[in-house]
Amino acid sequence: MTTTLRQSTPTLALPWDRIIPWAVPAGLIVLWQILALVGLINSRVLPAPTDVVQAAIRLTLNGELFKHVGISAWRAGVGCLIGGGIGLFFGVLNGVSRPAELLTDGSIQMIRNIPHLALIPLVILWFGIDDTARIFLVVLGVFFPIYVNTFYGIRAIDPGLIEMGRVYGLNRRQLFSQVILPGALPSILVGLRYALGTMWLTLIVAETIAASSGIGYLAMNAREFMQTDVVVLAILLYALLGKLADSAVRWLEKVTIAWHPSQNLT
Amino acid sequence: MLYIENVHKQFDNGFLALEGIDLQIKPGEIVSLVGTSGCGKSTLLRIVAGLDFPTRGAALIDGEVVTRPHPKVGFIFQAARLMPWLTVAENVQFGLQGVSRLERQWRTEQVLQKVHLLNFAQTLPRQLSGGMAQRVAIARALVTQPDILLLDEPFSALDAFTRTQLQDHLLEIWATDRPTLLLVTHDIEEALVLSDRIIVLRPNPGRVHREMAIDLPHPRRRSSLEFQRLKDQLIGELDLSPAAPDLVER
Ligand SMILES: Nc1ncnc2c1ncn2[C@@H]1O[C@H](COP(=O)(O)OP(=O)(O)O)[C@@H](O)[C@H]1O
Ligand SMILES: [Mg+2]
Repeated sequence: MTTTLRQSTPTLALPWDRIIPWAVPAGLIVLWQILALVGLINSRVLPAPTDVVQAAIRLTLNGELFKHVGISAWRAGVGCLIGGGIGLFFGVLNGVSRPAELLTDGSIQMIRNIPHLALIPLVILWFGIDDTARIFLVVLGVFFPIYVNTFYGIRAIDPGLIEMGRVYGLNRRQLFSQVILPGALPSILVGLRYALGTMWLTLIVAETIAASSGIGYLAMNAREFMQTDVVVLAILLYALLGKLADSAVRWLEKVTIAWHPSQNLT
Repeated sequence: MLYIENVHKQFDNGFLALEGIDLQIKPGEIVSLVGTSGCGKSTLLRIVAGLDFPTRGAALIDGEVVTRPHPKVGFIFQAARLMPWLTVAENVQFGLQGVSRLERQWRTEQVLQKVHLLNFAQTLPRQLSGGMAQRVAIARALVTQPDILLLDEPFSALDAFTRTQLQDHLLEIWATDRPTLLLVTHDIEEALVLSDRIIVLRPNPGRVHREMAIDLPHPRRRSSLEFQRLKDQLIGELDLSPAAPDLVER
């Protein structure tokens, strides 16, 4: 009701709802720039925003930026696809089949209690420090949120809806595609959001500890040469990619589960 | 013709929910099952629907033993049970698996018209009121043109005004296609307004206690003396000892 009222006010045509949230961050950046200019912040500690922009331009022009971002994104994508695929598979399997759940859920829950980043030394021993190690860690990090949320998403479906499927003689395949999957999708997408969070976190740690390319490497390498501007740039890149991934899921939610109470109807 | 022949139902935990239920229901007849909570009404309906199985005896539709949901039987539950991700029209079409697209659309339109929801065809269930949602459920059940419609306390979750409206509405719809209606209800007035015959069940184990034919002409006036007399009689037939307090009007 209030939104319709506000939208009908003709004097303020700008979408203020979208602009206002940016006011505080923008103000902080301006403040940061001013403090750096007057010398209150040492550029060794924190470079001025303009320095970071310059670093971004420099690294874009010499191709470094895209190379490292590309490699990180590739690792993230492959790890996410594999881990998410396995998580989805077991989530669905255990969600619809009680015997499968009895057989595998206990073991999966046990492994889940190991923080996957604690495995880094072991993973380096197994795979060395090449991409396999990092992708393996991402797979582990992504698997669990997808698995858990797929599983519970399926189990939480109203049994009455499944019975509706029986009333109309749906076979197992139809039941899955018409009732179970759409019913579990909101939960699966929540799992995906979590998974993307762990995905970037895992990758940051893995690339920072042992890598010769990627955003994490860019940051660690810059640290050795005291290039604070590049370090800050790398951090911002992670934030940007994280935000991008999150927006992608939001968009996915908008197009696939508009019916769900978590979504605002337009 | 719907036969229920000597149906027993004992659950896996040993509980005997139904014992020796015998009923014959003619095509187009409106029959209500009433009885205190837990006397096996839902169980009986689920057996007729092929969603549950008797441990002895059988339900027969047109001479065939029911072993799974029958395409000519529709079911309306207490909750509308609409798929929240489907629009009203798509929910109605859920009942039309395997029918060509054109026919699906045409029949959906017809049936939505019948329940006065054509304007809401593209609406999502979460935007509907309880009464509207239940009308969609009715449309979904009707769209397959069932010979038998099973209703398990279909209006009990609705407010009194909406409930009365939908009861009249159900009769209107019934008058065109005249399917058999087998209705479970907690609401004695509802049973009296709708039914040709009322079956009173009693629990532990669930058995048929009494059958009452209701010969009042439609539309029935709840305030008429005859209606009140039948209501009193029916309440007398139910076992309303303190052990089973929740039957009469909420
Ligand atoms: N799956 C089941 N296992 C064991 N007992 C059940 C099961 N389903 C229903 N019952 C019992 O059977 C009795 C009849 O249930 P129901 O048919 O739902 O009663 P009504 O619809 O008349 O209230 C109740 O006492 C209930 O507790
Ligand atoms: Mg019941």
